[in-house]
Amino acid sequence: MDSYRIFLTGVGGQGTLLATMVLAEAAICAGHNALASEVHGMAQRGGVVESTVMIGDIKSSTISDGEADVLLGFEPVETYRAMRKCSADSVVISNSVPVTPYTVAIGKATYPEVGRLFAFISDRVKKLITLNAQALAEQAGSAVSANVVMVGALARSGVLPIPREAFEETIRTKTKARFVEANLRAFDLGFSAL
Amino acid sequence: MHSLLTTDVGKRLLLLGNEAIVRGALEAGLAFATTYPGTPSSEIGDNFFRIAAESELYFEYSTNEKVALETAAGAAVSGVRAMCSMKHVGLNVASDPLMTLAYVGVRGGMVIITADDPSMFSSQNEQDNRIYARLSNLPMLEPTSAQEAKEMTKAAFEISEALEIPVLLRTTTRLSHYRGIVTTGPLKPAKTKGDFEKDSARFVPVPVHARLRHKVLLDQEEKAREMACQSSFNVITGAGPWGIATSGIAYNYVSDAIKDLCIEDKVQVLKLGFTYPFAEKLAVDFIRSVEKVLVVEELEPILQDTLKVAAQTNGLSTPVAGKGPGLFSRLYEYHPGMVREVIARFFGVDYSPPTPINVKEGTGPVKVPMRPPNLCAGCPHRNTYYIIKTLLKDMSVEAIFPTDIGCYTLGLLPPLEMADFLICMGSSVSSAAGIARTTGKKVIAFIGDSTFFHSGITGLINAVHNQHEFVLVIMDNGTTAMTGHQPHPGVQLVPPGWDKPTISIEAIVHACGVKRVTTIDPRQLMESKTKVMDVLKSDGLSVIVSRAPCPLYEMQITGRKKETSYRVGVKCEACKHCIENFGCPALCLSDEYNKRANMVINDDLCIGCGFCDQFCEAISPKKPRRKKVD
Repeated sequence: MDSYRIFLTGVGGQGTLLATMVLAEAAICAGHNALASEVHGMAQRGGVVESTVMIGDIKSSTISDGEADVLLGFEPVETYRAMRKCSADSVVISNSVPVTPYTVAIGKATYPEVGRLFAFISDRVKKLITLNAQALAEQAGSAVSANVVMVGALARSGVLPIPREAFEETIRTKTKARFVEANLRAFDLGFSAL
Repeated sequence: MHSLLTTDVGKRLLLLGNEAIVRGALEAGLAFATTYPGTPSSEIGDNFFRIAAESELYFEYSTNEKVALETAAGAAVSGVRAMCSMKHVGLNVASDPLMTLAYVGVRGGMVIITADDPSMFSSQNEQDNRIYARLSNLPMLEPTSAQEAKEMTKAAFEISEALEIPVLLRTTTRLSHYRGIVTTGPLKPAKTKGDFEKDSARFVPVPVHARLRHKVLLDQEEKAREMACQSSFNVITGAGPWGIATSGIAYNYVSDAIKDLCIEDKVQVLKLGFTYPFAEKLAVDFIRSVEKVLVVEELEPILQDTLKVAAQTNGLSTPVAGKGPGLFSRLYEYHPGMVREVIARFFGVDYSPPTPINVKEGTGPVKVPMRPPNLCAGCPHRNTYYIIKTLLKDMSVEAIFPTDIGCYTLGLLPPLEMADFLICMGSSVSSAAGIARTTGKKVIAFIGDSTFFHSGITGLINAVHNQHEFVLVIMDNGTTAMTGHQPHPGVQLVPPGWDKPTISIEAIVHACGVKRVTTIDPRQLMESKTKVMDVLKSDGLSVIVSRAPCPLYEMQITGRKKETSYRVGVKCEACKHCIENFGCPALCLSDEYNKRANMVINDDLCIGCGFCDQFCEAISPKKPRRKKVD
């Protein structure tokens, strides 16, 4: 089968690592080989968190510049910052809700217009999908489930050979029991948003 | 039950490289494990910590890597299987016991994990610990996948026990922190009790014994070389006139590159997993069978140089290349595209790399703000820095700040900027002595609680004895915070079931002979300022113990919730004192585009510590507090 390289980026506290795990486990649940890679350590709350998921016949766990098939961005500026990982063939799915960096909060930098970021990206990649994952997560009854909303949108995009059921099975069996219902609702809202 | 204790055989688990090592150790019948936490090795110890609570395994967080290695060695010479894990620079600390433990050897299998950090994601250097195998003459294994990490851990115990010497298993960040599919094997019941059979001619290396033991070690090394040549971890795959030799995580990049470049019928790959002693016979067979060799290894040209020596020794003039212009670097970790490109260039394969989207040039690039790491909102380290910074400003005193390794190293960043010198764990104390005596300036050194226990104490004894004059601030947040809140000998808030005695930092400091010892609660501004002022005005050697728990750890252990929200009132004159001297991420401008805007408190980030309320009149609690934070 073909192989797929997915790059995930977000801000500490957004749950990118849970999304990474759900995506990799769902791929395995669907019968594929999968790998994931994450960087721990100095990534404090509020810093950038990047991770990868590889699906298919592939051994490398990192993605070189220009080689991501899919970029899943949990925050608009971080989606933009990670554009180096994409090429004209990439599909980009991004949350549209900013998380204000501290440098912006104290007036040392300014946050760019989200529309400009997305216009730049949209002109250069195969497809850009954006959604307000925050609002959908709140609608699902759990503000912290925006990460699973994003996974739902990725599932619906049809870019990856993973059926919806595999994601739902993974959410049921691999996420914390008390969040399962909220996560399933969040996944569904992300899935239905496209 | 801990998921790594599953008795299911043939179960496919998606595991971190570090978790795969833990499972491998359990499948090998591990009885005794020690560590000092350090990224990227920490999850090994953290999993053992939880597993030890529900199994026969003995596990401890030791005070430092030397202690961890010696403790594990004591168990292994008493006949049980032992493991000691650490990050690469930890092995520097443990290198003294390592070198001679190799001479005396072990009885139960002993595996030492060194987790290297190419590209320095969370380390002060990117030293290549493969060199330690050569320095100590001990076998080394290097996995390329999670499955191999498990298998090699099991094999390492067998090798160690067969040769009666410890075995090193080296990972890198990309292996430790990647997840891959691992198929479980049967768990082996551990032999948890052993006996120490006395043999002073072996275990007490006075010179006359050491001379004999060195010879034994070299004999064992030769046996290990035979094992390496026969090992299924060392293989030649593929067919064709071109040769690529590789090991570790780079093997994965090579393997994918060969497929991507469609050169499967042109390349043979020498994949080394049992990397020391060098499998010379296998390597020479490989060199003989190809026209030229490209070596793909991160960091130092160790395999490359070894292959060149093997070729020369065997009269072969086959070109062997690896590091150099147009080829690979000795700097930083590699990545798939880089390896693909160098392979294509070296062997003359047509290849055009993908074009990454350039966010720096082209039409309408957008300037995006940075997200530097920052001490968390409510972190008491920030309070300590603020107290000292503002006092020094009031006193018009310039100071030099040696610092140490932990969350508080982030005091380097603006607006605090209170970190001037750092080399390794514990260096704050000893370097402060040298800097103070040479410059005659005010020197204020910062060290964390866990780091103080790790290697600050000997420096402090030295400072007392040799009459050095500086201020040492021990920032005691009650946990080893940066690596994931591991306990240490000074813990006060303890995890459930913890029944170990706590060792008082003040008692140690007093016992070292320090006369001026002051304890502050950095959550209390005025009281702390008064106490610290007295210390800063005095000469000689002083120690300040600044004690307040890491709020994240406190919330995790006690379930404590935020009690009070704070607000910035109309008195705020936008003086920016809080931004320029304190830098709490919860304190923001009300309008990020207006430089004259007032401050606001981001209630989502604020943990309600109330420290800013103590230095700014405009800040007050949203509802009356039941009592002041104490």
